[in-house]
Amino acid sequence: MSERKTIDARGSFCPGPLMELIAGIKLAEVGEELEILSGDRGSAEDIPAWIAKVGHEYIKTDKIDDYWSIIVKKTK
Amino acid sequence: MSKKILVVGGGLAGTIVANGLCRHIGKELRNGKAQITMLGTSEQHLYQPALLFVPFGLAGEEDLFRNQRKLLNRYITYHVDPAKHIDAENKKVTTESGKVLDYDYLILATGSRIMPQTIPGMEEGALWFYDLDGARKMRTALQAFKGGKIIINVNAPHKCPVAPLEITFMLYDYLTKRGLIDKTEITYTYPIGRLHALEPVAHWCKPEMDKKGIKYETFFNAESVDPAKKTITSMEGITLDYDMLITIPPHSGMDVVDNSNLGKGGWATTDPKSLLHTEHDSIFVIGDTTNIPISKAGSTAHFETEVVIANITSMIQEGCWSRYYDGKVFCFVETGMDEGTYVWFDYENPPNPGPPSQMIHWLKLTYNRLYWLSARGLL
Repeated sequence: MSERKTIDARGSFCPGPLMELIAGIKLAEVGEELEILSGDRGSAEDIPAWIAKVGHEYIKTDKIDDYWSIIVKKTK
Repeated sequence: MSKKILVVGGGLAGTIVANGLCRHIGKELRNGKAQITMLGTSEQHLYQPALLFVPFGLAGEEDLFRNQRKLLNRYITYHVDPAKHIDAENKKVTTESGKVLDYDYLILATGSRIMPQTIPGMEEGALWFYDLDGARKMRTALQAFKGGKIIINVNAPHKCPVAPLEITFMLYDYLTKRGLIDKTEITYTYPIGRLHALEPVAHWCKPEMDKKGIKYETFFNAESVDPAKKTITSMEGITLDYDMLITIPPHSGMDVVDNSNLGKGGWATTDPKSLLHTEHDSIFVIGDTTNIPISKAGSTAHFETEVVIANITSMIQEGCWSRYYDGKVFCFVETGMDEGTYVWFDYENPPNPGPPSQMIHWLKLTYNRLYWLSARGLL
């Protein structure tokens, strides 16, 4: 498995964590895992919702101090 | 020994940083202790924000272009010869023509480009205004438009995050003035779960769209376009039909970044505060080229140049670092043909857009002309 890439989108008001993840997934290989770090609760909820809509694999969300780590696997 | 500063990219960021440096290290440039070389792609400098006005017949060549050599300070050596490969270990750049240039400080400002070709059918089926050819085609199409379904489709990543909203509201005004709005249905699609990346802007624009009868579809990332059937389908499984499809295409950076192992997708890995490349402390990265999770916009680039100019100046003159970038971004937002507002934010402080006014609209139009002073490093 390839090394998991982390996108640190903490403090990103624009374009924001989900937009960064969408851009990151477009560049990732199928099977690759991405970790997105987000400082806002809204993104922590939106990202799994978007993953479900598109059909990638949602791995997990961890709340760490004042931010969230969300891990996603590109499946197609 | 002379310090060699090499600016790779002659767009907004590269031009402002090079001209700005000339104003700060003029003495060193005159006495040969520093030299600045720029590698660009064109003899013409394009003011990209004015492209927004082209589809409505509100901007022409005079608003869009200046001769690049005339914009640049006379101490800058300019080559229309883009970088092909950057050897960061040995501090050397090879150009498309085969020149090899060495540097002490490299400023990477290669920018971004639209990639409609990455979505099947998009090039054939859609209009856009993010380059001049596209903006002119869109103007022709709008002039022939008699009513129907218009989709404004936004894709990630893209530069100038307020432009999709601006084109939507300007289009609404344009069609209203032409008496076509009652025969037209506008649908705005956006990649994430709200109408704009900036939450306060999303909160502001939703009731504005509702009031104007503009429809919207969120969580919509284009996967394909069928130009024959005139439909666009999203990764999320939604298909919409259209008579006119206007897209904000996905963007990528330039190949030289990937080819030089400085980043992926053309986005160079960049420290958000120092603006140095994460692995090479002689390379500054500015403008759209960075992978910083921040708006790809002219104002971002402009504020970044101030930091890079200060730091290179300080290192040449005093041998020390000067200051860090705080994530400052300022964007005008045209909310129609006659009104505008603005957003201002940084890494710590979220934006809080005020009510649109005619005065801010006029300020935006004024800035469209003042830009040429910015490019010269004067503003």
